[in-house]
Order: sequence, then structure tokens, then C-alpha cells
Amino acid sequence: MTTPVWRRRTTRGQWAIWCGWLFGALIVAQGWRFISDATLWDFVWDAPAQAGDMLSRMIPPRWSYAPAILKPLWDTVNIATIGTLLAIVLATPIAFLAARNTSPHAGILRPLALAIIAVSRSINTLIWALLLVTIVGPGVLAGILAVALHSIGFFGKLLYEAIEEIDPTQSEAITATGASPAQVLAYGVVPQVLPTFAGVSVYRWDINIRESAVLGIVGAGGIGLQLNASVSKLAWPQVTLILIAILGAVVVSEWVSARVRAAIV
Amino acid sequence: MADYPTVWHKPPLIASAGLRWLLGGLVALYLATAMATIDINWARLAAGLPRGWRFVASFFTPDFISRGDEIIEGLAESLAMTVTSTVLGIALAIPLGLGAARNLAPRPVYLACRTVIATSRTLQELIVAIFFVKMFGFGPFAGMLTLTFSSIGFIAKLLAERIEAVDPGPLDAVRATGASWLQWVNYAIQPQVMPRLAGLSLYRLDINFRESAVLGIVGAGGIGATLNTALDRYEYSTAAAVLLSIIAIVLAAEYTSGLIRERLR
Amino acid sequence: MLRLTGLTKRYDRGEAALAGVDLTVPDGEVVALIGPSGAGKSTLIRCTNRLVEPTEGTVELDGQDITALAPAALRLARRRMGMIFQEFALIERLTVMENVLSGRLGYVGFWASWWRRFPPGDIQQAFHYLDRVGLAGFENKRADALSGGQRQRVGIARALMQAPALLLVDEPTASLDPRTSRQIMRLILELCDEGGLAAIINIHDVALARQFAHRIIGLRKGRLVFDGKPDSLTTDALTTIYGAEAWATLPDDDRDG
Repeated sequence: MTTPVWRRRTTRGQWAIWCGWLFGALIVAQGWRFISDATLWDFVWDAPAQAGDMLSRMIPPRWSYAPAILKPLWDTVNIATIGTLLAIVLATPIAFLAARNTSPHAGILRPLALAIIAVSRSINTLIWALLLVTIVGPGVLAGILAVALHSIGFFGKLLYEAIEEIDPTQSEAITATGASPAQVLAYGVVPQVLPTFAGVSVYRWDINIRESAVLGIVGAGGIGLQLNASVSKLAWPQVTLILIAILGAVVVSEWVSARVRAAIV
Repeated sequence: MADYPTVWHKPPLIASAGLRWLLGGLVALYLATAMATIDINWARLAAGLPRGWRFVASFFTPDFISRGDEIIEGLAESLAMTVTSTVLGIALAIPLGLGAARNLAPRPVYLACRTVIATSRTLQELIVAIFFVKMFGFGPFAGMLTLTFSSIGFIAKLLAERIEAVDPGPLDAVRATGASWLQWVNYAIQPQVMPRLAGLSLYRLDINFRESAVLGIVGAGGIGATLNTALDRYEYSTAAAVLLSIIAIVLAAEYTSGLIRERLR
Repeated sequence: MLRLTGLTKRYDRGEAALAGVDLTVPDGEVVALIGPSGAGKSTLIRCTNRLVEPTEGTVELDGQDITALAPAALRLARRRMGMIFQEFALIERLTVMENVLSGRLGYVGFWASWWRRFPPGDIQQAFHYLDRVGLAGFENKRADALSGGQRQRVGIARALMQAPALLLVDEPTASLDPRTSRQIMRLILELCDEGGLAAIINIHDVALARQFAHRIIGLRKGRLVFDGKPDSLTTDALTTIYGAEAWATLPDDDRDG
């Protein structure tokens, strides 16, 4: 009598899994070879020395530069805030058009709304900024529009998912009173999605502060412009100060966002 | 019937009327000041609008051919960066995530891991990329490191949150068998968090690709450089081709990862 | 008077949920609708105000053919049919008063309702009904802060605000404990008597149906299989409606009067 052998998977299943892993490993190896070919390894081996050099030049920060970054910092916050507000205004109707249960027209309007959301999400804020700078010119306006255009997708998606997940009996009850479709939205749907809506807004605002800090690199306003200029001029103490300012803004906005979201829930 | 009141007002969100007016006033003041400090160059805007139209129109006539080699090269570089950085990011994020889970790690380890995660999450990718480019030279290597760095914080944080939420029953049960720490993690925790880790990895793969399209702006490799050059030369049809490729890849990736996540569930 | 004629509902797949129901409910009569799960009780109620679109047959309320109405006219007709739900279906995040006033939505324009500017008469009426259902002073509480019984009272007040001729009541007590269930049923009955309202109450609890309704209707597999006074609901009748079971154990004298 032979002792039965316990195996977690059948032999064939095991093979399929091994093949999957092998295939994945091949892809990664290929990717790595690609990157390695495009890399000047002398620079890489030199990196620790470079980093040490850079760090030593970065300290201490140049505090006297502070007044020069106040306006850019203010612009950065404004880009994030106004951009987020604009996105809320634009994304709300799109979300209602995209949600299966509130879309007035499933054949054309819903796919259209979903397409807008997908395109807006696929393209990063910075790429939007890159495009908008060539169209509306460099400055805060390009930044605001870039933030808004990317946030529409983020908002639209989370909001329409929230709309699709509402409790349908609440809106059914409003329908049963003889309310018009607009009233069913206002009473049966809006109150249910309002908390999600507020939470997502604040969360996205927090992300947008982070994003708008780098928009200046492509000329779309805010503190990124100073950062980029200081880096290209190798003015490292200035760079340190700018980084501190950005980190401060990010930490504060994250704190505000967390507090507001906690208050809503 | 006559005794019942004929007016009713919804209780306001903020009970104190004074505070309500103060907050409202502050918000209005902020918005007014913020709007006032956007200087819009109307002449530039007017000049840019026809260009904007030309750009929108070029989406219907994308040019994949003229710069075909550059587009393919750029996309391949982006994909290589995406794949390698995601794999590397996961590999490094797993120990970090275990260390950052309050129910697994001793206090000092927990704090150290949380600090690393917080750093990785507050630094915007492009800022990290600027530094890596300075240290390691131009090219996809710096980009890959950037994406790895931000993947680590992202995955580790969400993984740690999932580990902290595991069902404590199996934890005690496996520990009671006298298993070692590694066996304990392998048997009691791994099965519970694996689906989440797989989902996160796919999600991050998606994010990394979108981010990789941006890093080229600061010289860290990928399709962003191609896009940047095309826009600099006002070659809108090529830029449209690049954007359409990005959108197509993002959507395809999202669709596939949706399918995979469905199967993992 | 409500008259259903040959009312039929077929869902996309499977057999008919309602198969040709004929039913007449005179003004002021409270009808309990009983039957096993899936017998079509809920579908019947929802077909009456066309929350579910009937496949065939007609619904007539006071001589008006509801099934033939275009959307705008249907909304006007729905105001005459107050509906009360099993899970209360209140707007959880709004105040009790907003929930009660939402019964007037069919009478009030969109912007007036958006800014919560209801006519003074409506507000007075709302306070009156809140008092009547025993919730005086609750107007500023949020609906999700109430207990189950209190929520159902708000639901009842909302339905009454519509100034209905008919109440459609879908399992009003299924989410409540036995004592609250009785209180709610008694309240509905009293209100129907006071206003001369007809009601169709779809209910699982046979004892409650017997105790409170003027008339009982049994539905099985979408067909009417019983129609009579509560007294005539015999063991045989129950077997027809639900199938064979030891019905004798049913507590017939379950009265809490």
C-alpha cells in the first residue's frame, strides 16, 4: 500500500501557475534590460557622491528667500481650491448622467458621460497643464483648468458610483408621492449622496494641493515655477526652503481634509 | 388645527447665526481675493483659442506615423518603467507593510515604517523625480526609482490597514499550534490579505503607467518626453496620437485588471 | 373606489407574478392582502400606483383609468394614493419635518420644494399629522435618529400629507416587534376610519390581518384564491392560500384589546 500524497493543486494547475509566473518574470526581465540599456551606469555609481554633495549644499535653507515664495504659495493654494470647485460644478451633472439609475438617456448620454470621465481620468493633471499652457498661455489660469479637468474624472467616477449604490426604496417612496423626476432627484437621491460628495470634494482638494505644487514646472502657475528655477540654477538652499513650504502646505491640507471627513462621517 | 404653527425652518448646520455669517463672509472674502489674484492675459488667451480648437480638431486626425518611432520608443520605456517599478515596489512594500501593522510589529518598528510611508506619500512624484534625475542622471532609471519610491508608500499603507483589519480568530488559532512567526504570517495572515494585495498591485500598476507619462517632463524617461517635444513644436496631431495611446493603454489596463480582480474575489 | 381588472404582471423571465387579478375596494374599506412569499402581494401594490408597470389589465381609481395615464397625469394621480413601506423608506438624512412635507411634493413646484418653502397650510397640516401619529415635537430630529416604530409613524404622516383617497401599505409591520406592530396597525385603521380612506395592506402576519382588517384577500402564485370577511378565513382557506400546515396551532384568539 502506498501512502497517498496530498497536493494543494492538480499537476496541470501547478504547471499553469508556474508558466504564469515565468511569463511575468520574463516581462519584468525584459523591462529591466530596456531600462538598463538606456542608463549610463557611471552616473548611477556616482549617485551616492552626488547625493552627499547635494545634501551638503542644501543645508541650511535660505530663509531670506521666504518673502519671494509667499505669492507663489498663495497661487498654489488657489489653483487647488478654485480648480476643485470648478471640477465639482462640472462633474456633478456628468455624474448624474453617468449613473445607471439617474441617467436620462442610456443610449447616448450615459456612454458620453462615461467617456468624458474615462478620458479626464486617464490624463494626468500635469499633462493637462502641459496642453493648457500651449493653449491659454502660462500662468495660474492654465493650472486651475488643468486641476479641474483631471478632477472631473475622479469626482465623476466616485460620485456616479455612489449614486448607483443608493437605497432605491427611498427614491421609490418619493416617486410614489407624485413627485416630479427633478423632485425625486432632490429628495430621494441628493440627500443620500451628499456625505460622499462632501468627503470626496475635500479629499480631492487635498490631493490637488499636492498636484498644484508641481504645476509650475510646466509653467502653469504656483510654487513649482520657483522650484524648477532654483533647481536649474543649482540654488540648493532655496530649493530646501521651497520644499519645506510645500511639505507644510501638504501636511496642513491633509490635516484639514482628515478633520473635515471625520466630521462628516 | 388652528393651533399648529404655519412656519417651519430647517435647523441650520451651524447653530450660531453669528458664526454662520462670519464663516460665510470669510469664504466669500477668500474667494473674491483668490479670483482677483488670477491675472489672466486676455490677449494671450484670445491668441491661444484658435490654437486650442486646432488641438481639439487634431484628435480626429491623430498622426501616429511621422514620429512613430519616438512614440513606440516612449511607450515602451513607460511600460518598462511601470512594470519594473511596480514589481520592485511590491517586493519592498510587503515587509514595510508588515512592519507598519500595529497588530504585528513592535512599537519602534511600527513607528519607523510609518515614517517611511509618510515620507513617500507626501512627496509628489515629480519632485522626487527631479532629485533622482540630479543624482542618477537623465533617463528611465531615475523614473523607475521614482515610481518605486511612491509605490512603496502607497501599497505599504493600504496593506498595513488591511492587515490591521484581519480577523483575529485565525491569528490565535495558528499561534496556538506553536507555529513560528513566519509560519504564523504565512498561514494566518497571508490568506486573508492576499486578495487585497493583488488588487492593490493591479491598481498601482495602473497609476504607475499614468505617472510614467508625466516623468519625461523632468527628464526621467517615458512617453512624457515625446509628448513634451511634440507640444513644443506645436505638432498637435502627434500630441493627439500620444494622448490617445495613453488613454487606450489606461483603459485596456483598467478593463483587464477589473477582469482579474473579479476572478480573485 | 378602486377597481383592478385583469391585472397581470410578467417579469422578463419566469411565470407571471400577477395573473389576472380582479378586485374592487369601496371607499373606506381596509383590505388585508395575505399570501406566501412570492405570491405577488408586493407586485399588486406596486402595480396599483405603477411603480411597477403592469403588463396587462387596468387600474381604476374613482373612475379614472390609471394605467392609461401619461407620466405627468400619472404623477397627479399618484397623489391620491399614499404609500407606506416595510423598511419605512424615509429619507434617512433629512429631518422628520422634511420627510412629512415630502408627501406634498406632488402639489408643490420644484424650486419651492428645493428651498423647503412649502405653503403655510402644508406646514400646519404637517404639524397636525405629526401630533396625530404621536410625534409632536419630533419635527427637527433626523429620521435616522428614530426607532423603527417612530419611523413608521413618520411614514404614515407622509402618506396622509398627500390627502389620499387610498393607502397602499406594503408590509408595514415586518420590521417591527409584535407590540409596536399592533400599535401601528391600530393607528392605520383609526386614520382610515377618520378620513374614510380605503387601504390595501399587504401583510405576512395572519393574526394581525384577522384582528384589524375589514376584509381579507388571499393571493397565491399571482391569483386571487380567497376573498371574504376575517371570520371566514378558516383552516381550509389558509390551506388554499399557503398550502397544508398544522393551522390549528395558529393562535386565533391572539387579541390584545
